[in-house]
Amino acid sequence: MSAFYKTFSAALLGSTFLAAPLMAAGTHPTTGEALAEDQTFTYRVLDEHSSVDPGIVEDVSGAEIVRDLFEGLMNQDENGNLVPGVATGFTTNDDKTVYTFTLRDNAKWSNGDPVTAGDFVYAWTRAVDPALASPYAWYMEITSIMNAGEIIAGEAEPATLGVRALDDLTLEVMLSAPLPYFAQMTTHSTLFPVHAATVAEHGTEWTKPENIVSNGAYVLTEHLPNERSVRSRNAMYWDDANTIIDEVVALVINDENVAFTRYLAGELDRTEVPSGQFPRLAKEYPNEAISFPRLCNYYYTFNLSEDGPEMFKDARVREALSLAVDRKIIVENVLAGGQTEAYSFTPVSVADFAPPASPMSGMSQAERDAKAKALLAEAGYGPGKPLEFDMVYNTSESHKKIAVAMSQMWKQKLGVQTNLSNMEWKVFLEERGNQNFELARGAWCGDYNEASTFLDLMTTPSGYNDGKFSNAMVDDLMTQARTADDAGSLYGKVEGVLAAEHPIIPIYHYAGVYMMDSDVGNWPVGNVEQNWYSKNLYKIAE
Amino acid sequence: MLTYSIRRIGAAVPTIFLLVVASFFLIQVAPGGPFTSERPLPPQILANLEARYGLDQPLWKQLWDYFYNIIFHWDFGPSFKFKDRDVNDIIAQGFPISLTYGFLSFLAASTVGIALGIAAAIRHNTWIDYLAVSLGIAAQALPNFIMGPILILCFTLYLGWLPGGGWNGGQWQYLIMPVIALSTSYMGSIARITRSSMLEVLNANYIRTARAKGIPERQIIWRHAIKPSLLPVISYLGPVFVYVLTGSVFVDLYFSTGGLGVAYVGSALTRDYSVLLGVTIIYGVLTVLVNLITDLAYAWFDPKIRF
Repeated sequence: MSAFYKTFSAALLGSTFLAAPLMAAGTHPTTGEALAEDQTFTYRVLDEHSSVDPGIVEDVSGAEIVRDLFEGLMNQDENGNLVPGVATGFTTNDDKTVYTFTLRDNAKWSNGDPVTAGDFVYAWTRAVDPALASPYAWYMEITSIMNAGEIIAGEAEPATLGVRALDDLTLEVMLSAPLPYFAQMTTHSTLFPVHAATVAEHGTEWTKPENIVSNGAYVLTEHLPNERSVRSRNAMYWDDANTIIDEVVALVINDENVAFTRYLAGELDRTEVPSGQFPRLAKEYPNEAISFPRLCNYYYTFNLSEDGPEMFKDARVREALSLAVDRKIIVENVLAGGQTEAYSFTPVSVADFAPPASPMSGMSQAERDAKAKALLAEAGYGPGKPLEFDMVYNTSESHKKIAVAMSQMWKQKLGVQTNLSNMEWKVFLEERGNQNFELARGAWCGDYNEASTFLDLMTTPSGYNDGKFSNAMVDDLMTQARTADDAGSLYGKVEGVLAAEHPIIPIYHYAGVYMMDSDVGNWPVGNVEQNWYSKNLYKIAE
Repeated sequence: MLTYSIRRIGAAVPTIFLLVVASFFLIQVAPGGPFTSERPLPPQILANLEARYGLDQPLWKQLWDYFYNIIFHWDFGPSFKFKDRDVNDIIAQGFPISLTYGFLSFLAASTVGIALGIAAAIRHNTWIDYLAVSLGIAAQALPNFIMGPILILCFTLYLGWLPGGGWNGGQWQYLIMPVIALSTSYMGSIARITRSSMLEVLNANYIRTARAKGIPERQIIWRHAIKPSLLPVISYLGPVFVYVLTGSVFVDLYFSTGGLGVAYVGSALTRDYSVLLGVTIIYGVLTVLVNLITDLAYAWFDPKIRF
């Protein structure tokens, strides 16, 4: 039995305990806290969501809504562990290429129809269909479901996708390659079910509040674009008896300071802490300002492509620049929001893998600076021949602060001259993607809680490897890791190569920094992917 | 007059056509496209998306289809970013909102501005004048992006009188701050223009004659001075009307009103070509229309312009 399966069973036991029926109105069934009269959770989103169609949605704010409206085979608990969703469990064959999920018989759509294995087959086939042209079709490809890639490329019929309903309650998934974490991937919106009859009846209009049929704990009841969207409790949901929050309201507020003011005025239960204000707010509102690790990294990447600058082809130059960045100052003085210093590419909060300590992490900053100076001199740079390069980031106040801090550190310690420039987001992506840069900002959030979601970026064929770092050993290790029982040790070796070669300068690992009303119960701070479910939250009486 | 009107209307149509064509090509020049993202899409998926939205066609064909669909189907196309909605949807939802608070702001700016300007001119060099002038300058000097947060801070957080944002179908509580924020700077300008124009008129020879004849001051102002002194104000109001309807991005940003401004700016940043073009057309038509009306009104008042 795999580690996943064990966690899963443990979580299953835990959730059975949680699923005790609601004792009495007014108190929480397990914690015994008095519940508030008004069970409405209101939170701020930065931008209007792109879609609430599970097969199409591509942004975080949209995925948050979809996670409430629809329910996939598996869910995550407060700590990111797998718990049953529509499926009560699953089995796999020995080489993990066939997964068989058993569906619960009491799962219903919001119109009363039963949720069947066929709904999943329909939704998954739809997600890979070139006719839908989902921007998230790549997710279907990385799940390794048989024929997904061929269907997307138009080389096979959508009906040939490796998934079938053995009966209404049994779903069989065939993978083209062994994937130990496939069940984890079913918690993602692209793999949620879709109600075929509703899509057939309303076409692209099917997600409108008046048309939508969904199977999650909530239904979409109101959507006023660029203003707000409201989801209300779905009486048909199989576990509705244990849902406490009645209504969830997402308010679109573009300006973080306005959002913060509205939070203070009591209009919101949750908002982001405006950058740089966490230390003050943590003192003033100790029960409300919270910070917890997120599964995202922040780094700078060298352009190592053939046409890239000559100076960065020397690993000593790269190492010197990395050493001289005082991450403690960036984390504590510039960001000041509970972020952690990064010496590895993979965030330390990732599940089942602890990035090994790099040589750099064990040194004091003074030692690092001394070594940086020596390395740069060794590489032939000094007062007579100063190192000079361009550094680019996408337009944002906080990116600017970090870039300025880094360039100052390099200037003072190493006499390096940096030319900073910022670009509007789309221009930045275009320029970085075409290797029109010398040193560029990068950041990545995990698609799933497993180290490969980060380390794959460092492989030669990766489409997201904008620095064009190419190392045969890394490529080989990552290929092995896909099927290895002990992927962790292989990931450790990859991090070892990165720590020796310095293709990137890891700066920090993200933190979620929120103002959260103290009457919000059970916010999953332990879920590093921040996959939260409104059905698990509750409002405490004040 | 009729020939003049026909000539002006005739010029408006090609203006809008040129605007659309120029915007269409300018959008394409901007680096990146609607599907550029941090995670570059695999070529196959990109090809599927481009095929679905017709972006794989040659540009002339795309432009032709665009005009064809608008003229024959009144269809401005799908949004590339908001895949559950099309451009008609986005405009139908946002435009009435922008129009409502824009129009109210215009009313507020012109009535209060003109009243303030007249009061200042009549009571020239008294405390009323000084107060009106300083209010006008303050209103003009305070940028919108400072106004917005300050209003929310005062009325929502400190006083707790008004909701901090949203639209709620245009309920009056939700309208007050957007209208104040949007109208104040125009109010300031209008007050200043009215005041100086009124002062000029009050010093004119015919007013002196009227005074010499012994006509009561009240009658002089209301009968003889107001009309001519409002002419320059009216010529300023035309562009202001367009500005308040189109230049309201910050209102949407700070007050989450859900108007067209935020959709417009967002579409430019995300390269949502169809939304950007659709809203450009709306704004373009509106500008041309208001200019047309202003021009025709001018011609009506002043025969010199007609020839």
